[in-house]
Amino acid sequence: MEYHELTIESAGKLLTSHQISSFELTSALLDRIEKYDDEIRAFITVDKTMALEQARRADQDIAANNILPLTGVPIALKDLLCTKGIKTTCGSQILNDFIPQYDGTIVNKLKENGAVIIGKTNLDEFGMGSSTENSSYQITTNPWNKDHVPGGSSGGSAAAVSARLCCAALGTDTGGSIRQPSSHCGVVGLKPTYGRVSRFGLVSYASSLDQIGPITKNVKDAAILMNIISGHDEMDSTSAKVDVPDFTKAFDKFEKGSLKGMTAGIPKEYLCVDGIDPEVEKVFNEAKRVFKDLGVKIKEISLPHTDYVVAAYYIIAPSEASSNLARFDGVKYGLREKESDDLIDMYKKTKSKGFGPEVKRRIMIGTYALSAGYYDAYYGRALKVRTLIMEDFSKAFGTCDFILSPVAPAPAFKIGENMDDPLTMYLTDIFTLSANMAGIPGISVPAGFSSKGLPIGIQMMGRRFDELSLLRAGYGFEETIQLDKKFPDF
Amino acid sequence: MKISTDEVTKIAHLARLEVEPSQKEKVAEQLSHILGYIDKLKDVDVEGVKLSSGAAFMNNVLREDEVKESPGPLVTLANAPQRDEDFYIVPRVVK
Repeated sequence: MEYHELTIESAGKLLTSHQISSFELTSALLDRIEKYDDEIRAFITVDKTMALEQARRADQDIAANNILPLTGVPIALKDLLCTKGIKTTCGSQILNDFIPQYDGTIVNKLKENGAVIIGKTNLDEFGMGSSTENSSYQITTNPWNKDHVPGGSSGGSAAAVSARLCCAALGTDTGGSIRQPSSHCGVVGLKPTYGRVSRFGLVSYASSLDQIGPITKNVKDAAILMNIISGHDEMDSTSAKVDVPDFTKAFDKFEKGSLKGMTAGIPKEYLCVDGIDPEVEKVFNEAKRVFKDLGVKIKEISLPHTDYVVAAYYIIAPSEASSNLARFDGVKYGLREKESDDLIDMYKKTKSKGFGPEVKRRIMIGTYALSAGYYDAYYGRALKVRTLIMEDFSKAFGTCDFILSPVAPAPAFKIGENMDDPLTMYLTDIFTLSANMAGIPGISVPAGFSSKGLPIGIQMMGRRFDELSLLRAGYGFEETIQLDKKFPDF
Repeated sequence: MKISTDEVTKIAHLARLEVEPSQKEKVAEQLSHILGYIDKLKDVDVEGVKLSSGAAFMNNVLREDEVKESPGPLVTLANAPQRDEDFYIVPRVVK
């Protein structure tokens, strides 16, 4: 056994049975980061001293038999989650020196459950992007092929799990930012139902769409993390007062090779999407066959408003962003441009220097969509289309337990390939945006490889608060095709 | 929707952003391209459809107003780029 091969589950077993210490495990992963992260560039910040101190404390807890679900397990966090005393940049120059004075609720929950925070991972600035190329710090590479992007915006977290620089990671998903990089990096990513996980301490991009979720080496680990991060939080008024099941129970009744009784819906509109790569289609069809063999009934369904999802999303998300990001004004925290004539001039100079091109672009689209005379035509109309998209899903879930689809139309593209054409980049989000628009959960599970050796995942979307079905189906699929044992060869 | 360079200037001002004069043409072109695509929303029949501003499906969330301990200025102002003890410093507002 090598340290970097450990999952949350297997590390937990070895730690609690005293076969390894958290100090050894954490040190081994820190050495691995030192060795490989020059090329992968998954991490923006690694605080070795703090991580090792947390590991030592975990070892004391284990010695005292005070063992919690994550005691001593090294976990990476997307650098959009506030960590007390650790720089939180959001991938932006505007927060280059920002050191939060508090831990977000989810970071707190991880710490309370004994986790070791091994580092903060790279992302598209404020989560805005699908390739992690919009980070103002570095371009993360895909561990399977370093000429390709890892996907985004949680590309650093997905690459760190794929390169086995941590046991697991957290990402955030506003339009696919957990699922798409997980698919591109060959790992498991789950976006929970809107309201399942507290957003307190997550720097807001689009508040009605953002969710925190796990990125893991296998489906079981995703369930373990879901058990910890789920639940109502009085600090987030949109977090739901809904019972949290034991997500690891998804696997209890799982008889090897059987998902009998479940129905998967395949949206007919998804199969005629422009530009879908034949290799993605092949992996998807193969996955369909695997589910059939597992006893899942496959049914064609319809999501009639699919063609309008990207357009509605790219009004709603930028509109919310233009409001949320107004807080970076050079007064309370972050960058301040000191040479300015007056207050407005200071705002303008600060924001123009601190934000990158994609963030500025989205702020401007949102500002335009919300401005006098255009509000009804753009924002108002997009919110109505959102209602129609939600209704499509409600109807579909009347006849199926989960919706099966590709995650992205093509495997990870080459670094730089799409940078000059924002719209083309937006269109690649077609399969993932809907889950955020409807507030439903979605999981990405590795399903195959392209001829160039790049991973391709499949997505399952479920009913609101029914992550359990997704974990169960995902686990059945994973058990059958065994891709959770495959990682880049280093 | 075609966005002119004048509109870029106006939107940038509303957003408190500056766009370099040499970049205005490019920004106008990109925004026009994106908003041109978004115009397809006009094809959807939204007559009588309600607005969905979110996916939380909750109304007002209320709680008792309780007095709690404040973290204090040391913590609150810890990241201020310019401060004078307990105050933020901003450029002159009144002329």
